[in-house]
Amino acid sequence: MGLESALGDSLMLSKLEDAINWCRKNSLFPMPMGISCCAIEMMAFAGPRFDSSRFGSEVFRFSPRQADVMIVAGTTTYKMARVVRKIYDQMPDPKWVIAMGACTSSGGMYRTYSVVQGIDQFLPVDLYVAGCPPRPDNLLHALITLQQKIQRRESKGSTLALAGDFPQHKPKPPVVA
Amino acid sequence: MNARTLEKLNKQFGNGILESNEFRGELAVVVPPEKIVEVCRFLKEDPDLRFEMLADLFGLDMYSPVKRFGVVYNLYSLKNHHRIRIKTFVEESHPHVQTVTGVWSTANWHERETFDMFGIVFDGHPDLRRIYMPDEFEHYPLRKDFPLMGIPGSLYLPKK
Repeated sequence: MGLESALGDSLMLSKLEDAINWCRKNSLFPMPMGISCCAIEMMAFAGPRFDSSRFGSEVFRFSPRQADVMIVAGTTTYKMARVVRKIYDQMPDPKWVIAMGACTSSGGMYRTYSVVQGIDQFLPVDLYVAGCPPRPDNLLHALITLQQKIQRRESKGSTLALAGDFPQHKPKPPVVA
Repeated sequence: MNARTLEKLNKQFGNGILESNEFRGELAVVVPPEKIVEVCRFLKEDPDLRFEMLADLFGLDMYSPVKRFGVVYNLYSLKNHHRIRIKTFVEESHPHVQTVTGVWSTANWHERETFDMFGIVFDGHPDLRRIYMPDEFEHYPLRKDFPLMGIPGSLYLPKK
């Protein structure tokens, strides 16, 4: 590459979208949507022992307007689903969703009329975390995986505001009970 | 203590007490629904018995052609450290019971729960609304004829 050798070590060339995605993935502000027991593990994930800040996840923001990634941690009932959706809608683009734990991903052991059998019925989910509840390291792994997805431009996120060309997210049909 | 409670009830209400049994030292008494407030007030205010605490109030669905729904009152006497269980049964066609919120105010939310889950109406209740399910929900989930996974479309879910 003639241009790079001419510039020496003082400059690094990249695509603009890669640079923007690199910035975004390393400053993910989580929105804690702690609905039940998974929230305890989510707090440990942010606390000093597991310390998600080491991986560029920054502080938890309790206002959806300041958050990038919503961690839905817990059993989501139909009555709560409208609240979760309302909070998600208040988050600025681009935004991502992590479904933490069995209940959030699939209804888990709550196979009953009041619990939504998987939040992907009303939210675009980027990552599902297995476990009941998942350990904090498991959630850290999810965070790192999400960062890789963002860097690779694979994340569903919100297609409007993301840099680069993203394939339009096509929702799966909801699970019929 | 059980014998004394039952004797007092029989003396006060005569044949108003429909049925009673004792199992492992616990007394259960069945009373007609129109007598429930009187019985509860008597048990609470009698200076000897003093069942001052309504430990729990909940519904039953016997799924039987007659006397389908029941309401159970678990009482506790702080003075005597003693428990008693009062039951009353109503017909499916007219599931109405008088409220006991005037006796124990804690019955307010318990009766709302029973109404929400079984559709038993507590006449005279100050604020009989659903407590768990959304207000616009039209079914009673703990009735035996309600399917486990609910009725599709009966609960609102936001669009994706």
